[in-house]
Amino acid sequence: MSAARLGSVPGPVMVAAGCGGTGRELLPYADQSGLDGLDLVTRSITLDARSGGPGPRVVEVPGGLVNAVGLPNPGLEHFLATELPWLVRAGARVFVSVAGATMGEYADLARRLSRAPGVAGLEVNVGAPDEAGAGLFEVREPYHAASVIAAVRREFPTDRPVLAKLRPDVSRIVEGARACHEAGATAVVVGNAVPAAFADGRPAGLSGPAISPIALRCVAEVHRALPDVPTIGCGGVHDLASARAFLDAGARGVQVGTALLNDPTTVARLRAVLLPDHLTTPEETP
Amino acid sequence: MPEERGTPAGPVHVEGEVVATKRVGAYRHLTLAAPGIPERFRAGSFVAVTVAGHVARRALWVHRVRGSSAFGPTLDVVVQVQGSGTAWLAAQPVGTRIAITGPLGRAFALPKEAVSCLLVGEGYAAAPLFPLAERLRERGCAVSLVVSAPDEAHLLSALEARRSARSVTVLTADGSVGQRGGVPDHVDELLRRSDADVVYAAGPAVVLRSAAAAAERAGAWSQVAVEVPTPCGTGLCHGCPLPVVGEDGVDRVVRACTEGPVVRGDRVRWDHL
Ligand code: FES
Repeated sequence: MSAARLGSVPGPVMVAAGCGGTGRELLPYADQSGLDGLDLVTRSITLDARSGGPGPRVVEVPGGLVNAVGLPNPGLEHFLATELPWLVRAGARVFVSVAGATMGEYADLARRLSRAPGVAGLEVNVGAPDEAGAGLFEVREPYHAASVIAAVRREFPTDRPVLAKLRPDVSRIVEGARACHEAGATAVVVGNAVPAAFADGRPAGLSGPAISPIALRCVAEVHRALPDVPTIGCGGVHDLASARAFLDAGARGVQVGTALLNDPTTVARLRAVLLPDHLTTPEETP
Repeated sequence: MPEERGTPAGPVHVEGEVVATKRVGAYRHLTLAAPGIPERFRAGSFVAVTVAGHVARRALWVHRVRGSSAFGPTLDVVVQVQGSGTAWLAAQPVGTRIAITGPLGRAFALPKEAVSCLLVGEGYAAAPLFPLAERLRERGCAVSLVVSAPDEAHLLSALEARRSARSVTVLTADGSVGQRGGVPDHVDELLRRSDADVVYAAGPAVVLRSAAAAAERAGAWSQVAVEVPTPCGTGLCHGCPLPVVGEDGVDRVVRACTEGPVVRGDRVRWDHL
């Protein structure tokens, strides 16, 4: 399967899953075009609603955040009825992050989302770092991750992208990227929270500037080993220099997550530099 | 909650500046020039500030706003030093530039009629009750204010509130000033005396819970400003779970920073907080 047949790669700046609220919360911090044309990955959506884990869910550590949020989301039905139409009306290019307990659930999610108007693509979370993913299908083995991608791919139109989000696992990243790409992923998002723990030992994931060098190493390795596999860097992107580092290492785009929690205008500011054309109004076009 | 007419909606993210700083008892009061925020502020909403070298943001209660001053629109916040982030904030001199987002969250709802209100606050978290008292007084409400703290140093200035409140009661756990004891010891009696129709509370969970319970016993409404850790404050991270009972009677978890911080006292699932 060639990547060209599987939808084009979004970017160069995207909102990372789990860090854009329901999308609405970003609007006050957008530029004058609002969310129009913004590549936004939703929080992970499951078939049934999940209320998420107990507090504290997010704790600060030097250089980042440790989190075990537990995928709170209203469930597919409610998402399709409320959050998705709002995002589509706002003009966002919506990439729905999906998470399931079984292969069948992934397929079901993909099938129903393929029929929902306005879904630009899917992102399959195949690297949840913590027990937030408790009850999710175990996808840490590249073979399993690839099976999920294949199941999603079978249900989702080939002209729209499916992204595989892998966690920055240095020893297995090339293997994971290859397997997911061969299974039909349009691009691999390299960088999820890194497995970590709260001070009391509760499993969690580490994100933020602290993990940037790890994600960068993974992007570079994938790019070297598999130059034809489009990658999107995700991990500690917070300014132009950190975004450029991923692009220079071969990434086609970057996702911004934790930085939005520190400065909600981060994506708007990066888009203004990396995507200046989107601000040009028709009148200004020569 | 209905928007006040003429008030611009939604929060803004701006670069602000520390224009005054003073120590008051155990707290540091900062006056911040923050264009756009005071105009949008309503009592109970809060601001989130960026702290040098930290990824999570610090949420601060607003104690007072001025629509105009020599520095333009300003807001006063109360900082209690609890860790390295708040210590940094408290130490900043006049002239420091700080990224501020606000106003955030749902504010206290104001009664439509001039009713009697009891405002109960403890520690630095009592801050939003002061601008609330002013708004209520403007509407002709009879305001009784209770400020409580472990000791005198942790009491927010009750003096300022005397302008807006019909009566002010001071409680300290150690009896160093005012009546001895805490909110749970006195709230029923204070509520009976004020004959309030609405109870507003701001402070630690134990204070909020006792105020909400007293209101329920007396057949009054209550609104409480719940403080849970809010790593972003803007609704993006879902990191601030607040367990409530929805209007439909169904248990759910909402975000304290967007669906709160002010919620009806009888809606909080206190045992799960
Ligand atoms: S603190 Fe991030 S969503 Fe409330």
